[in-house]
Amino acid sequence: MDDSVIIKIERLAKRFPVGTGEFTALHNISLTFQKGEFTGLVGPSGSGKTTLLNIIGTLDYPSEGEVEVVGRSVKGLTHKQAAYLRNYNIGFIFQTYNLLQVYTVFENIEFALLLQNHTAAQRKKAVMEALDWVGLTDKFNSKPSQLSGGECQRVAIARAMVKRPLLVLADEPSANLDAKNSHNIVQMMKRLNKELNTTFIFATHDEKVMHYLDRIITLRDGAVDEDRLILTRENQLLC
Amino acid sequence: MIRFLFKGIIKDKSRSLLPIIVVSLGVMLMVVMFCWIHGIMGESLRLNANFNTGHLKVMTRAYAKDADQMPNDLAILRVDNQLKELKTAYPNLDWVKRIRFGGLIDFPDSNGETRAQGPVVGWALDLFSPESKESLRFNLERSLVLGKLPAKPGEALISDLFATKFHIKPGEKFTLFGTTMDGGMAFKNLIVSGSIRFGSASLDRGAVIADISDVQLALAMDDAAGEILAFFNSNRYDNEQASAAALAFNQKLKSIKDEYAPVMITLREQSGMADFIDYVDAIGSVMIIVFMVAMSIVLWNAGLLGGLRRYNEFGIRLAMGEDKDHIYKTLIYEAVFIGTIGSVLGTTFGLLIAWYLQTVGIDISGIMKNSSLLMPSVARAEITPTAWYIGFIPGLISVVLGNALSGIGIYKRQTAQLFKELEA
Ligand SMILES: Nc1ncnc2c1ncn2[C@@H]1O[C@H](COP(=O)(O)OP(=O)(O)OP(=O)(O)O)[C@@H](O)[C@H]1O
Ligand SMILES: [Mg+2]
Repeated sequence: MDDSVIIKIERLAKRFPVGTGEFTALHNISLTFQKGEFTGLVGPSGSGKTTLLNIIGTLDYPSEGEVEVVGRSVKGLTHKQAAYLRNYNIGFIFQTYNLLQVYTVFENIEFALLLQNHTAAQRKKAVMEALDWVGLTDKFNSKPSQLSGGECQRVAIARAMVKRPLLVLADEPSANLDAKNSHNIVQMMKRLNKELNTTFIFATHDEKVMHYLDRIITLRDGAVDEDRLILTRENQLLC
Repeated sequence: MIRFLFKGIIKDKSRSLLPIIVVSLGVMLMVVMFCWIHGIMGESLRLNANFNTGHLKVMTRAYAKDADQMPNDLAILRVDNQLKELKTAYPNLDWVKRIRFGGLIDFPDSNGETRAQGPVVGWALDLFSPESKESLRFNLERSLVLGKLPAKPGEALISDLFATKFHIKPGEKFTLFGTTMDGGMAFKNLIVSGSIRFGSASLDRGAVIADISDVQLALAMDDAAGEILAFFNSNRYDNEQASAAALAFNQKLKSIKDEYAPVMITLREQSGMADFIDYVDAIGSVMIIVFMVAMSIVLWNAGLLGGLRRYNEFGIRLAMGEDKDHIYKTLIYEAVFIGTIGSVLGTTFGLLIAWYLQTVGIDISGIMKNSSLLMPSVARAEITPTAWYIGFIPGLISVVLGNALSGIGIYKRQTAQLFKELEA
């Protein structure tokens, strides 16, 4: 596999058992993602965006076809191996932030590092750096309940980024935010994408998010309807 | 990591405080009840052994058949000889002869007319031998209400209830009526040396305690006694030793076909005692099960047991790259942690209450009025060594088992499914 390819999907199908039959959520999906992409999956509700992200994130498994993430085929991964892959390579960002309410901002971010073997000093340094990326160093000791939605999502971004994963999967990250905050967090992710060369894949309906994407994959009824590169100024320079 | 999770449990009151309260309350209740029941049962067992059954008892076969009726016509003859033999054969036991008898006591007024009269159950004990432990066994010194213990033949103790009812003072004369060994009428004049209250309703209804020599005289039981009792020097009943001794003794006399031949019976084999001992032994196990089930149900109903409410957290942790086995393991650690804290707290408070109940005691003579078992009238808890740890069994198991069961849900569901609950 080409070194610059981070995800390779071939003829992926995903079916869910429904009652006595099956529901095909994804079919015949073939896609390749390069390192450092800032890509959005768009499409109407129920088109399979979340399902695809879950499979890429090894939270779900394909019914058919091949999926390789960071050079590993997700087929036949034990849940331990899948957990390991997520732990070191994949960060998640959710629509509802999903911070652990009982922990402070610092602890929420630190949690991602506890699963790896770092010393307390290394963790502290990494967490403070991640907080700096999202501009929340002064809130490190707050509880999620004391933060605004935008701040919560920034903490979630810091949590996803703190272990410097190759890949970040964000499912509707701006859906609960107002326009200003939406722009704010996407800009933040775009900056991290540039600075750390982290690959971002979004599932989104949000026009404001699409504005920043450099590739938009449209899903319809579980299949790829359209896959286009956006000619942003940077992309144009590359072309 | 573990420390991090424990910090989380402690901060999350619904995961720590409430389960800990439930577990401590349950454990506390269990420890108190355990000590309480053990105290009453243990005391009752001791009373029965000291007053009635001994740890071993030798009677004639015929007497043994109707021992409850105190058939002194079937008493052991040449009892001193028999006693000596037993003492040599079983030197590690304290052997004593006793006569139990039923009778009537009659107090005359100054004209010799009956002033007070009542039925009694009598104990004839060796009160005067210097090596006799009988008065200790009957706790006579401390049970004395009026007067003093008998100091010489002709003196006897009577129930304080009786003495109070008829205003009887130490030094008064009374006549004891009974039945001689061969069925005749017997009476003997005795002097009240003092009155006693044992604190057991069935004993205090009407009792006479006299020296065995007086009773032998009164009932024409020369060198005879209804029962020979033996007590372990440790004063603790040891069923294995007792059974072995009884078996050996009875084996030797097996071929003799005489119904007046002696037979040795253990405490356990005497009326109703086997069930009673088994019951005392079973209290612990029964209570463990009852409390375990009760606490589990409470924890479950309160939704406090791990898993179920926490799929959100598990979903996040899975996404962060923790694997299912690890999450499950930490769920068990949490349970051990919570269970231990709850058990320690519960046991501590339970023992404190038990200790109070051991020191103070509660008067239950009212409830025990009609009981024929010897029950102490002031019930006290007893802190046995078991009481220190017994609460941990249901305390730990209820939480660990609960978490272990509810945690299985992590495996049953697909990762993405668990995860979907995040979106909801
Ligand atoms: N576990 C499941 N069992 C059955 N059907 C499922 C399951 N998960 C998803 N589906 C179905 O698969 C289809 C795709 O779902 P998915 O969540 O991927 O859509 P989506 O594009 O993310 O939609 P939205 O924009 O509303 O989030 C939907 O029709 C959904 O009902
Ligand atoms: Mg979705």
